[in-house]
Amino acid sequence: MKLLVPVKRVLDFNVKVRVKADRTGVDLANLKMSMNPFDEIAVEEAVRLKEKGVATEILAVSIGPAQAQDTLRTAMAMGADRALLIQTDEDLQPLAVAKALKAIVDQEKPDLVIMGKQAIDGDNNAVGQMLAALWDRPQATFASKLDVAGGVATVTREIDGGLQTIAVDLPAVVTADLRLNEPRFASLPNIMKARKKPLEIKPLADLGADTAPRLAVTQVAEPEGRKAGIKVASAEDLVARLKNEAGVL
Amino acid sequence: MAVLVIADHDGAHLRETTAKTVTAALKIGGDVDVAVLGGSFAVAEAAAKIAGVRKVRHAQSDALGHGLVEAEEAALLPVAGDYEAILAPATSAGKNLIPRLAARLDVAPLSDVTAVVDAKTFERPIYAGNAVETVKTQDAKVLATIRPTVFEAAGQGGSAAVEALAAGDAPAYSRFVSQDTVSSGRPELGAAKIVVSGGRALGSEEEFKAVLEPLADKLGAAIGASRAAVDAGYAPNDYQVGQTGKVVAPDLYIAIGISGAIQHLAGIKDARVIVAINTDPDAPIFGVADYGLVGDYKSLVPELMAELAKVGR
Repeated sequence: MKLLVPVKRVLDFNVKVRVKADRTGVDLANLKMSMNPFDEIAVEEAVRLKEKGVATEILAVSIGPAQAQDTLRTAMAMGADRALLIQTDEDLQPLAVAKALKAIVDQEKPDLVIMGKQAIDGDNNAVGQMLAALWDRPQATFASKLDVAGGVATVTREIDGGLQTIAVDLPAVVTADLRLNEPRFASLPNIMKARKKPLEIKPLADLGADTAPRLAVTQVAEPEGRKAGIKVASAEDLVARLKNEAGVL
Repeated sequence: MAVLVIADHDGAHLRETTAKTVTAALKIGGDVDVAVLGGSFAVAEAAAKIAGVRKVRHAQSDALGHGLVEAEEAALLPVAGDYEAILAPATSAGKNLIPRLAARLDVAPLSDVTAVVDAKTFERPIYAGNAVETVKTQDAKVLATIRPTVFEAAGQGGSAAVEALAAGDAPAYSRFVSQDTVSSGRPELGAAKIVVSGGRALGSEEEFKAVLEPLADKLGAAIGASRAAVDAGYAPNDYQVGQTGKVVAPDLYIAIGISGAIQHLAGIKDARVIVAINTDPDAPIFGVADYGLVGDYKSLVPELMAELAKVGR
């Protein structure tokens, strides 16, 4: 069984986000970039399926700049067998990413696509659902548990107020939520080994997908912040203020 | 011009998030219809009473009752042509459906919209709420999830007609197995007027329950948790408040032993009043709290309980 795991290179989650002064976007210059944390979870899940003998091959794919090779090497150090970089300097929108992934799926014919539920830059939470629709296959989003057997993925999903379990026929798209697993750290020997694993690079144009932007970002601004209030001296003072000043009791 | 709002319900009751999404739909402009997928006739009737709704389209099937997205898509695609915009609240169900439907219609979806600027232009948070982008769509249609906590609920007093909507043929490749929703007898976290929330400082699951449950019961509050507390196993997953969990906007939010990671703050910034109880006077939570109480929750929470009792809570 073949797994395809799309991964995205994003601003590291520990780096403080700063909006550019001209309000055209977020400043990424010279800042640490890493694999999207939800995608790390997806890679880990794929590697575990291979370790269990369920999967035989893991292909990691990224659509992005030349530097995304680092992200793909990380995926291979974690256990992916090979990697494909669809190289572009454009910042593709989610629908374009889904169309590019659909073109890759048509070529590679995976049995299962596992990917993060959202990237922590755009926070769209959309590409997995869109890929499933374009592919006309089932989706199991926000997965916190995944079992694959007999051509069926049984997936426990995190929904509002609890958990839902569904069964989807393969091929299918599963998107990973936070609690699906805890990703491993790549060991030094595995990082060395990953350097020798195959990494193919193709220009975006080779896919023949329509990746034209549909959305125009007219401004990126700092959010309206809350102001710090006051420190109160005691629980008595607090309750009095909540009752009389704020009127919330 | 017409806008379709996908109703949020639990099968028997319409959730308030629906009326909030109707408000966003009315801001886009034109006639507003509500689609009720699955759910009882009472849900459809409740949707018909929302002020400003033209008609309710009600589809029922087993698969819709289980919220299977492929069934929802099959019901909606035949009528999608009737609408210039299709909106759902940004719940797990809405986030599951809207992008899938958008891709079928070759439309770029907009996630977690926090403001309607005009019929084609919207604001939405990115980078865990650390930035807000203004996006203008060039597509003929708008498909969006709406963050319900930032919109006021549309009023009552409507009397829209309820029409049947064909359930459509859902593909058999996806099947419902089971559902495990916890019923605590407390208000729902996303809709509660008061939320008491605990962080990693509570130290254990037993302590989390022992401290938060009596306080929540006293205030009629929902219980939330920071991601750190959830990851440490002190609280279940669906308690998590923050950008990656639930975004809440109660009248009163009480954070106990929560330092205030950015992603947690992004999930509470629309609360009317925030109270923080923490031993560290420099904790980031105090930077957003209206009222801060510096000290050990172990003594402060019992004092708070006693003071609340004095004012009749």
